[in-house]
Amino acid sequence: MIHFPILRWGQPYTSLETTQVHHFITGEPVAEVSQANPGMVARDLRKGSERAREALREIPCVDLLAMVKKGGELFKSAELPLGDGTQTPDDFVRQQSATTGLPEHMCRMNMGKLEYVLSHLDQVLRSLTRRLDYDILTRGFGEEDGVMRSYQATTPVVGMVLPSNSPGVHSLWLPIIPLQIGLVLKPGPQEPWTPWRMAQAFFEAGIPREAIALYPGLGEVGAAVLNNTARSLIFGGTATVEHYAASPGVQVHGPGFSKILIGEDQVDNWEQYVDVMVDSVLTNSGRGCINCSGIWAPRHTREIAEALAKRLGPIAPLPPEDPEAALAAFTVPGQAAAISADIDNALKEPGVVEVTAQYQEGGRLVSRERCDYIRPTVVHCASPEAAMAKKEYMYPFVAVVECPQDQMIKKIGTTLVATGLTKDPAFTRALLDARNIDRLNIGPVPTVKLNWLQPHEGNIVDFLFRPRAFQQG
Amino acid sequence: MTETKTIEASTALDAWVREIIEWHFNPDSGCPFWLNWAQQAGWDPRQHVQGFADLTRFPHFEDDWLRGGPVRRWVPKAYAERPTFVFETGGTTGIPKSRVAQEDFRIDYELFSETLPEEFFPTGSDWLMLGPSGPRRLRLAVEHLAQYRGGGICFCVDLDPRWVIKLIKKGWMEHLKAYQDHVIDQALTVLSAGHDIKCMFATPKLLEALASRLEENGSSLKEAGITGIFAGGTEFTPQWNRFAHEELLDGIYMTPTYGNTLMGLAASPPSGPEKGYKITYHAPQPRAVLQVVNFDDAEQVVGYGETGRVMLTTLTKEFFVPRFLERDEGEREPPCEQYPWDGVSGVRPFSQLGSATTVGVY
Repeated sequence: MIHFPILRWGQPYTSLETTQVHHFITGEPVAEVSQANPGMVARDLRKGSERAREALREIPCVDLLAMVKKGGELFKSAELPLGDGTQTPDDFVRQQSATTGLPEHMCRMNMGKLEYVLSHLDQVLRSLTRRLDYDILTRGFGEEDGVMRSYQATTPVVGMVLPSNSPGVHSLWLPIIPLQIGLVLKPGPQEPWTPWRMAQAFFEAGIPREAIALYPGLGEVGAAVLNNTARSLIFGGTATVEHYAASPGVQVHGPGFSKILIGEDQVDNWEQYVDVMVDSVLTNSGRGCINCSGIWAPRHTREIAEALAKRLGPIAPLPPEDPEAALAAFTVPGQAAAISADIDNALKEPGVVEVTAQYQEGGRLVSRERCDYIRPTVVHCASPEAAMAKKEYMYPFVAVVECPQDQMIKKIGTTLVATGLTKDPAFTRALLDARNIDRLNIGPVPTVKLNWLQPHEGNIVDFLFRPRAFQQG
Repeated sequence: MTETKTIEASTALDAWVREIIEWHFNPDSGCPFWLNWAQQAGWDPRQHVQGFADLTRFPHFEDDWLRGGPVRRWVPKAYAERPTFVFETGGTTGIPKSRVAQEDFRIDYELFSETLPEEFFPTGSDWLMLGPSGPRRLRLAVEHLAQYRGGGICFCVDLDPRWVIKLIKKGWMEHLKAYQDHVIDQALTVLSAGHDIKCMFATPKLLEALASRLEENGSSLKEAGITGIFAGGTEFTPQWNRFAHEELLDGIYMTPTYGNTLMGLAASPPSGPEKGYKITYHAPQPRAVLQVVNFDDAEQVVGYGETGRVMLTTLTKEFFVPRFLERDEGEREPPCEQYPWDGVSGVRPFSQLGSATTVGVY
């Protein structure tokens, strides 16, 4: 069986404790994963963090950029070390699909997405650093246009507590190595594949092994990563977001509650935007924080919900290798049933109707022997006050909410990506000023379409470097 | 050799069971709880229990019976005039479980003392006790161990596990870290104060935290003078054992133990690299017996190497606990030369209890 060791600053370590990850359909073990213990994490980080950054600082940023670009190509196309053997890109896709429940074509799409980001990382960093000379980051100071600039790294390494549900999120940590900051990765329990393969690709491309550590384990290993790094990223649910909201050293990535907001001026043309809506809800099986979970409009909401239901409702589970498969399986026992029950409960509120029900004989919950699916769900909310209007789930789910335009921004709550379908300058201005919206698209841009040159939930460069005064006598 | 010893141990256990049953169910010596129980049960254990196997006539002891007073119902009549301690377990919320004790904790730790190698636990050396005191047995027991071993003096640092559990449940992780730092600060102060501390008790988490802080300060447990560590806790896994041996201890002898207020102290044969860091505990038979039983049918002991729930029977003149199903599971292990009776390895929280139990808090 494939074995994932721990990587202690690049050095494999086989633990006496292991867990297995299983195929979501057959139940067969697919891999065995060495489990770290929290004390090991704390000790390694204390002893090796500075060395990780030093090893990277010995290599100019531009060379690191070339290496990670090469790493991206290797990640996408090379046979790379895994366990006692190797892994081809096709193996990777099959294996990742087997343990996460994501259809294979989506795994392949995410793989391409990561490679794309790495191949364009120079542009991404030029954008995020506002064309700062990389040597200034390395040296800590330097003149630019006759002005002294100084940046201090806030941490020698970044800790990452990664999720299992959406391999695409790994794109967020890809710019870190070229910034000469080390990586400490705690993979999601069902998704050890991407962090491992990316680390191997980076090593093959010349990134020093002592710059990357990988600690699979349970929650207390994640806590050890967070507690022993000055800067970290964590992915989780609303409870995780609330828990770390007041921690400046922790960047939390939780549910996105991303939305499409249709203005008064465009709502009568809603039929033009159905494709944008469908893409926003359905892409990547609705698993991402950038997937749309709310479509808000001042009128025509019943017709919009009906049109979406007609497109999304008939979608049913297909085998993971089927290129048409649009739904990912829920592989954690009981999770899908709990979500479905929560929806049933929220539907009891007056004015809330499940519009897709008419297309789903047998109901939305599809239970299989070792996994479950939930078929796409469109609900109509006659009022923004309905509890259902603020729901988000890890599958294609969308609430179409009727709400006057002048109340929309106030009522939507925190929104990671908002696509505003409007040409009205006043509404556009209001959306630009809305502090509860992070990423903003104006016009028919699906919420899932990201411009990689722009920051996502905060600029990673600002998170890792603080500008400060520096004078030389 | 082991087989002969095993038969002898089994015979001795049966004899001890008869003596204990006679003691606890004799109206002249037994405690009110068990005498009352026998009256209601309608059978006299003194007639029907002739050996360990006959204890199956008793139901599984329920630890809820230990909640609340009067605790004197547990004091054997023959010992009613002896000074009595009460030790508590649980109690973060609600009424804790209480166990009365008189000499048991001293006897248990004296027996345990015999398992400690003189080379690493020199008699007369001082000790550091890094763990819960308050209503717990541990502080008095470790202090007695130090005194028993050549008059050693035990320096104690307290840790309140009930507060730790509250901090975890509230999610006050900064406070939790601050409290752990506060405990470790005190341990460092004691270790640096010019005493002759060579031995210590600590839980894995506290030991790790202490070693980590010493390392941060450019020192180590070894440089601080420690030669022998007696440690215990459910989170004592083979991997942690290996990590400690390879990265924290630098040749210091560490002996893992398994115990709680209801039993004495289950010791372990050496569990270092030569044993693949596997930890096997053996109860201090005949005063206590550990069995590994089927998850679904606790009347069935599982086969060697098989997994089951840990079942404890305590057999002392102060306290009789038949067939108590612990909140732990593990694998049944065969007798060994040092302990010619069954043991249990891989002890971990009972998986079917789910997340209701907060373990490894200190």
